[in-house]
Amino acid sequence: MDLKTNFPQGPIKIINGRCITLVGNDIDTDRIIPARFLKCVSFESLGENVFADDRIQLKGKHPFDKKENKGASILVVNDNFGCGSSREHAPQALMRWGIKAIIGQSFAEIFYGNCLALGIPCATVANKELIQMQKVIKNYPELHWDLNLQQQSLSSSNYEWHLDFESGGLEMLLTGKWDATSQLISQGEKIDKRIKLIPYLNNFT
Amino acid sequence: MSSGTLYDKVWDLHTVATLPGGSTQLFIGLHLIHEVTSPQAFSALKDKNLSVRCPNQTIATVDHIVPTISQKRPFADPLAEEMLSTLEQNCSEHGITLFGLNSGKQGIVHVIAPELGLSQPGMTVACGDSHTSTHGAFGAIAFGIGTSQVRDVLASQSLAMNKLKVRRIQIDGQLNKGVYAKDLILHVIRSLGVKAGVGYAYEFAGTAIEALSMEERMTICNMAIEGGARCGYINPDQITYEYLKGRLYSPQGKSWGKAVKWWNNLASDANATFDDEVNFDASNIAPTVTWGITPGQGIGIDENLPIPKSLDPNERIIAEEAYEYMNLEPGKAIEGLNIDVCFIGSCTNGRLSDLKAAAKIANGRHVAKGIKAFVVPGSEQVAKEAEKEGLDKVFQKAGFEWREPGCSMCLAMNPDKLVGNQISASSSNRNFKGRQGSASGRTLLMSPAMVAAAAINGKVTDVRKFLNEKSSNQLS
Repeated sequence: MDLKTNFPQGPIKIINGRCITLVGNDIDTDRIIPARFLKCVSFESLGENVFADDRIQLKGKHPFDKKENKGASILVVNDNFGCGSSREHAPQALMRWGIKAIIGQSFAEIFYGNCLALGIPCATVANKELIQMQKVIKNYPELHWDLNLQQQSLSSSNYEWHLDFESGGLEMLLTGKWDATSQLISQGEKIDKRIKLIPYLNNFT
Repeated sequence: MSSGTLYDKVWDLHTVATLPGGSTQLFIGLHLIHEVTSPQAFSALKDKNLSVRCPNQTIATVDHIVPTISQKRPFADPLAEEMLSTLEQNCSEHGITLFGLNSGKQGIVHVIAPELGLSQPGMTVACGDSHTSTHGAFGAIAFGIGTSQVRDVLASQSLAMNKLKVRRIQIDGQLNKGVYAKDLILHVIRSLGVKAGVGYAYEFAGTAIEALSMEERMTICNMAIEGGARCGYINPDQITYEYLKGRLYSPQGKSWGKAVKWWNNLASDANATFDDEVNFDASNIAPTVTWGITPGQGIGIDENLPIPKSLDPNERIIAEEAYEYMNLEPGKAIEGLNIDVCFIGSCTNGRLSDLKAAAKIANGRHVAKGIKAFVVPGSEQVAKEAEKEGLDKVFQKAGFEWREPGCSMCLAMNPDKLVGNQISASSSNRNFKGRQGSASGRTLLMSPAMVAAAAINGKVTDVRKFLNEKSSNQLS
């Protein structure tokens, strides 16, 4: 099977699937993917090593190893998720494990940008709602959820929460323009014009 | 919204366009690349049949994966060898300058770009590494990016970015003897927290900042990211210009005067508005050591470990997690805690002045029995200058190993790693769980002088005690 077909493409409006919760503040990218797995020239085999050291320590009891969480696609975390290193290997590892969207109280800046560049929406909710959400997911891991970007909500048969999105990122995801490369390149003339205006590129004249 | 700040001026100067989602297309003046976060970006260029738009604005080096004992090629680790040879191939294919091993200019990317005069005031600097904030010390807007963004910069020399808010961190007063830039930034992070900077650029200002050398300023900006701020900067001044003058990539001849004239107008205006301002008094700061698993979990050397109940409720859970991982007891002193390994180096503290400060402590003393202590210069140039001053001999005589330049045990992507639950005194920037290469390894962050003091005593030590002894004054 070509795994690539499962990765985000085009406009992202709705993500459905089961949720997986990972409790804790300040979970850094070294924990998401330890540095030894960065010794690679492609991202392909990162999925199986997501949270490698935490999982070894918890001997099968880590949320990413629990049977009921297998196949889940929406990750629910807490505060300042993805802090630390800029390694895109972190969202790449999550994506290759099967994560398609993340909900949390807040995200580290670079991690958020890396997720957006891969088409992984990161939505925020207040701490109080987040704790309720995590409780429901823990009690009913079999529930299927809709993360609706247009309605900015996470809902299941009996539950619904409003989600917040950073507006620029949301627009990019909804219109499918989250892969910035082509947009940036298309501004070739404006880039050339800008270069002429920057003193240090013109001998400070 | 801030206005009239250095951040605003540099941002406006580099704005190419507003993108459909509302983000700004920001031109990147200097793109630094290395072996870890660039290979997939080059592969993506190939897949999309794109070329590198401005190879002359792109500079490469190798740092994360290089061994520090023997740098003979091919490396013993085939994966490390593959990463370096991939970088070499990509640079040669796209006409990018690579400062490789034995070029005399290789080293940690955030050490070499400043010492080569590449990082200058008013620039935008991007690199696939979160410690890119270091270059903000020159009055540049410098920030870390992921690999997809490395691809974007390679292809378009620009990025889709959202403008940050600006928080001015005003630090006045004088640092006490034995208190270094590292202590200052650890104190700021400890006070504001590790996520306070999310959504902000940090402008470091005030008389304590103005008094710092360029190398010390780099230590400050380097760790802005540990406070959650993707970029940190300091307004350029005479100290900045003096550092830059005569360096390889610095403006030369007639351009120099014109450059200084332009740089002089970049600093935040006297009436600039900031989105937030906080104040610190440098004279209140003690040598600071982290005890936990985030860089915000630090205390003064003369304080006791915090009682979780006394902490802000939001900090309690991570504090309890830290106590369990670090195997430490609340309420106990940090001074006197036994350590196993001492590491001096990294993009935070691997520059000549850092090594000098540590050598001053090591000189005439000896590493305690059973302690592994090693010094890793930040670059080939740092190594050369340090050797010229005889620092290598001072360290070796004191029982420290003197290594080849690289990132080393800051992140353990090379043979330098903690083993089991060893505890290190480290001049690096992160004390995350497993950061130094062992899943149960423990890290105490501190200044290079404090690391040297810990090595001598075999335990966490207040460096001021050594500085007050007479024998410490032999090295200037």
